Amino acid sequence: MTARTAVRRSGPAAAAGLVAVLRAEWTKFRSVRGWVIGMIVAAILTVLVGVFASGNASIGCGSRPNGPQLTGKACLPYIPIGPGGEAVSDSFYFVRQPLAGNGSVTVRVTGLSGRYSDGNSQASAAGQGPAMTPGLVPWAKAGIIIKASTRQGSAYAAMMVTGSHGVRMQDNYTGDIAGLPGAVSAASPRWLRLTRSGDTVSGYDSADGRHWALVGTATLAGLPVTVQGGLFATSPQYLKIQPFFGGASIQSGASQATGIFDDVSLHGGWPAGRWAGLAIGGGNRADYPAQGGGYRQAGGQITVTGSGDIAPAVTGPGGGFPSSTIEQSLAGIFAGLIAVVVVAAMFVTTEYRRGLIRLTLAATPRRGRVLAAKAIVAGAVAFVAGLAASVLCVTLGVPRQRAEGLYILPVSGLTEARVFLGTAAMVGLAAVLAVALGSILRRSAAAVTAAVVVVVLPFLLAVAVLPDGIANWVLRLTPAAGFAIEQSIPHYSQVSTVYSAAGGQYPLPPWAGFGVLCAWTAAALGLAFVLLRRRDA
Amino acid sequence: MLAASPYNQVRTYNQDLDGNVEATISVARLRKRFGATTALDGMSFTVRPGHVTGFVGPNGAGKSTTMRVILGLDSPDDGTALVCGRPYASLPEPMRLLGSLLDAAALQPSRSARNHLLWLAHSQGLPASRVDAVLEEAGLQDVARRKAGGFSLGMRQRLGLAAAMLGDPQALMLDEPFNGLDPEGIAWMRGFLRSLAGQGRAVLVSSHLMSELQDTADHLVVVGRGRVVADSCVAYRLAAASGDRVMLRTVRPAEAAAALARAGGSVAGADGDGDGGALIVTGLAAGDVVGALSRDGVPFSEVSGHRATLEQAYLELTRDQVDYRAQTAGEVPA
Repeated sequence: MTARTAVRRSGPAAAAGLVAVLRAEWTKFRSVRGWVIGMIVAAILTVLVGVFASGNASIGCGSRPNGPQLTGKACLPYIPIGPGGEAVSDSFYFVRQPLAGNGSVTVRVTGLSGRYSDGNSQASAAGQGPAMTPGLVPWAKAGIIIKASTRQGSAYAAMMVTGSHGVRMQDNYTGDIAGLPGAVSAASPRWLRLTRSGDTVSGYDSADGRHWALVGTATLAGLPVTVQGGLFATSPQYLKIQPFFGGASIQSGASQATGIFDDVSLHGGWPAGRWAGLAIGGGNRADYPAQGGGYRQAGGQITVTGSGDIAPAVTGPGGGFPSSTIEQSLAGIFAGLIAVVVVAAMFVTTEYRRGLIRLTLAATPRRGRVLAAKAIVAGAVAFVAGLAASVLCVTLGVPRQRAEGLYILPVSGLTEARVFLGTAAMVGLAAVLAVALGSILRRSAAAVTAAVVVVVLPFLLAVAVLPDGIANWVLRLTPAAGFAIEQSIPHYSQVSTVYSAAGGQYPLPPWAGFGVLCAWTAAALGLAFVLLRRRDA
Repeated sequence: MLAASPYNQVRTYNQDLDGNVEATISVARLRKRFGATTALDGMSFTVRPGHVTGFVGPNGAGKSTTMRVILGLDSPDDGTALVCGRPYASLPEPMRLLGSLLDAAALQPSRSARNHLLWLAHSQGLPASRVDAVLEEAGLQDVARRKAGGFSLGMRQRLGLAAAMLGDPQALMLDEPFNGLDPEGIAWMRGFLRSLAGQGRAVLVSSHLMSELQDTADHLVVVGRGRVVADSCVAYRLAAASGDRVMLRTVRPAEAAAALARAGGSVAGADGDGDGGALIVTGLAAGDVVGALSRDGVPFSEVSGHRATLEQAYLELTRDQVDYRAQTAGEVPA
């Protein structure tokens, strides 16, 4: 077969040519009422499924003595906001003293122990709370901390030993850096040190008190001259997740951790003062019944016991209170996507069905330009539909969720923009993918089926049917990975909760997932381009 | 009918590199196979400005395939197809140079006639005013905003023609434009094609019915089995087919035959020779027949020049292809 020869043009002439084809394809699209209606239906479907399909349930949380049943917002505890604007947990027992200027604090940790309720055990005795089993939850924490103030949500940096994640340096709720691995014990103690210099706090650890390693450096903007520094212990709730086909069974209960410290020393400009104990947060958290907390100082040893967590707030059973995210209102995107890919595929395939493609290609023999124009038009229309739908969904859905008693985890304006624009872009890319499939397959039924099977079906299977392990692979490898762009709250590995697609947690970061969808779309477009040029029309 | 419009800057394409005004469409040695079927087998011909060129042949002779190759829709296995000396696919706004109508049914049914022309106009960088102009010229202005799906085949042909005329091209290529037209429409189409050629445009019109092109085409390209069977002017084709046959009625056929043989003619019995004694004379003009018979005193009741119709000439030329057609029904796959 002889190659088609076309004189290549570039620069303004080529741009003018593409603009002409774009105008032509846009005229084609807007002049078929069914396609325009299809895109509007896509947006409406998204809103209906996402916002109104969920029941108007109200969450209850028991009642106070002699009070009415509490529901909805009344159930929510006070939720602090961290320095980065995110909702956080900030509950722990703090053995502290004010520390002015620069200096450092060093400690040896010789033990970390704890106990927890598995949620199943009967109360041991009336009025004494549920029975506690000895043991540590993975993210039980005890160590040293430098904090801007005792206010919940204030800036901090800490060095700690954990239940099963070794030594960590954590700061400002979201920062988490691994230090020495392994569990702490009297036979295998850990030395921890924090050094403050201006806004900078550096964390060091050591297994012998002589050889120190820098774990990390945190910059705490605006740290006051006098900070609160000292020892802490806390322990998030016990969580046992047993996945089964299509879901998981979850057991949870309160927990408590106790750290044993000795050789506490202050250096630099920090003179040794008196330690004072303070429960931060404490019992006002709905999920962490007051486990009590406190400290004991005997000889050179200080024992600190606490419950709670110093970490970002998350959704799911690990979140500790009924919470949601803005993207939960976007659950209907999959339904809108079906309508979008149907219209986008038909935008190409009806031309083959009617023989109109011959007129199109006779008008524009530069076939790549026709494909590009169709992809741009379908993608742009779908983008607009997706943007309108996602903004509407969140605008209507978030107040409804709040009314149900859910706390919507706050995100920055930038993240919110990424969720809206990214979701719209995902819908646009799905339309481009459907255009490419339509051009490859040439038949409406085949192209629509293929588009739904590669874009929508993997998502539905992953969130509703498949076990988490397989679901996560599906959401890494298929075009459905693009749904990750909706996720507003990142995956925090330092918080135990259920991280699953069904809960809105995707295995890939937002832009990585979006990139997978881009790669699929580019590959399909490339194949469509080659075939369109090679095949007879 | 369609008048010359101001969009005639494309006229410069009409000249080749030497500045000669030459063939507007030229195809040379086109070959194309679809699987086991040979669709084109060395198709070669040219279409000149100012003429209506009839492209005739039985269904499956390769007419539509040739047109698709000219438009760059199908790529040939071998050979070239040029429009004004250039491959169609290399033309920046090709419909300003070659307007075409391959299939009048190639429409999005839910799109209005006007929008159908509007997207085409946009693709060629033409203004919307051009759309309204061709709609009016095709007599479709009253139905311009109606869905094209509701159009009769005749209306669709007019719409397709309007699309072909959108760029005011100097060449037109129409595949079976008479299909679905009523007698009035056929007369309109003939006049339209003649007027286009009269404006100096090159017009290539295909048909599987020779009668449709009678009195319309100046020049015929007769094809069968993917190649050109005959390529000549219609007048010449008619003369070649009719030769100088003369029909003669006489009560003394034997004497007449002898007299005509002496004059250099040959005589055969005419079909349906029952009562009248009709003879067909070849090799002599009618006047020479009368002269020879008069010289020898042979009585005759009628002498008439026998003019073959285009249809007869066509049937004679494509007899082989018609045999072939009887075995393979249907159009060559697209």
